[in-house]
Amino acid sequence: MSVHAPLRGLVLAGGASGRMKRDKATLLYEGRSQLDRAVELVARHVDQVFVSVRASQGADPARARYPLIVDSVEGRGPIIGIRSASAAHPGNAWLVVACDLPFLSDRALRQLIAERDPAASATAYTSVHDGLPEPLCAIWEPKAAAEIDAFLGRGKDCPRKFLMNHAVRLLEPKDRRALDNVNTPEEYVRASDLIPASSADPTTAPAMQLKIQYFALMREQSGRSEETVETLASTPADLYAELKARHGFTLPREQLKVAVNSEFAAWSRPLAAGDAVVFIPPVAGG
Amino acid sequence: MRFRFTHAAIDTAAARRELIDPGAGGYASFEGWVRDFNEGQQVTHLEYEAFEELALKEGERILAEAAARFPIKHALCIHRVGRLSLSDMAVWVGVSSTHRGEAFDACRLIIDEVKHRLPIWKKEHYRSGDSGWVNCERCAAAPEHRHADAHGHDHDHDHDAA
Repeated sequence: MSVHAPLRGLVLAGGASGRMKRDKATLLYEGRSQLDRAVELVARHVDQVFVSVRASQGADPARARYPLIVDSVEGRGPIIGIRSASAAHPGNAWLVVACDLPFLSDRALRQLIAERDPAASATAYTSVHDGLPEPLCAIWEPKAAAEIDAFLGRGKDCPRKFLMNHAVRLLEPKDRRALDNVNTPEEYVRASDLIPASSADPTTAPAMQLKIQYFALMREQSGRSEETVETLASTPADLYAELKARHGFTLPREQLKVAVNSEFAAWSRPLAAGDAVVFIPPVAGG
Repeated sequence: MRFRFTHAAIDTAAARRELIDPGAGGYASFEGWVRDFNEGQQVTHLEYEAFEELALKEGERILAEAAARFPIKHALCIHRVGRLSLSDMAVWVGVSSTHRGEAFDACRLIIDEVKHRLPIWKKEHYRSGDSGWVNCERCAAAPEHRHADAHGHDHDHDHDAA
């Protein structure tokens, strides 16, 4: 079986914001900057989130409050941000998200993580507009690093073209609006009008807090005995997919049982806020 | 009917006294010990860990099932957790009953179910310096060695004495 590389977050904030004519990372939605919103969102799904910047942006106060990964090369676009992250932290997979996606949702990230294919170079959505892969809300696996080097070596740097020419798992997004990006002042005004409505969207389940306890192999692989997680997972099955990606658990779900509130439970049991969940690896008492 | 955990050595004399009953004509017990050799590896010591809250409930259910199935007087199971050395007792089961047959049968049922159903894990430490969670790491690498039982979760390859 394949072992998932641990998943880290990378929010791309190194863009030139040419058409917007002001820094896209600091655009406000509901009083919070796009960059802060994006980092918070990604942090709900992975353990560690880094912000990708160009060398000249490293001292910018909006960015400097986060752990930064500085582009190793200038002028070759976002693929350098992804490659620089792999170089800085080899062996990790990256949940890469552009900071100019104001509609990006927990639902979209959750689907990406749940349907991730660690054997592919990346797992990405196809655009609802043109059917082509969307590189800037995608999971990039460790094996992509060497492939990116070869791609750059051939003088290419378009991440979308990279995905079109490599073994990539492509998904239809369930949240069809999540990847609409905002590049111009007109698009920003329109998105700002829509954002409060999107928060109230009844199809978006609210995140809830769950208490997870870990034992034995799972305690060792997650590096903790317990944690409180904020999640949109509605069943133990969804929750395990999410935490398996986050912590790199090696056991497939089929080998586990699950307990909710200290009783054995079905994988499809609906979860409620405050539930205590324990994943039970194969037992060996006696 | 009682199931419990201990972090210290199991006091079998005290446990046995809990089973005494004027109507009991017999008593059977089982002890599971730490063995020095498993799956070709020389074991130096073990660590047992349990999800005690759930294991206590499930342990009580197993004892109740044994009492429902066999006409026994009393049953008790004590499982040790923490670090155990070779030949230490990991688990003790005792049953008293009117006649010997049901004491043996109930004892066997209880230990078999305890091994399969309770959320208890065992980490073996080997002379080579290596270590591993029994039934987790080997099976994760070789899932074809699994064989499911009625509970859908049986990974017991009978690695140990118990």
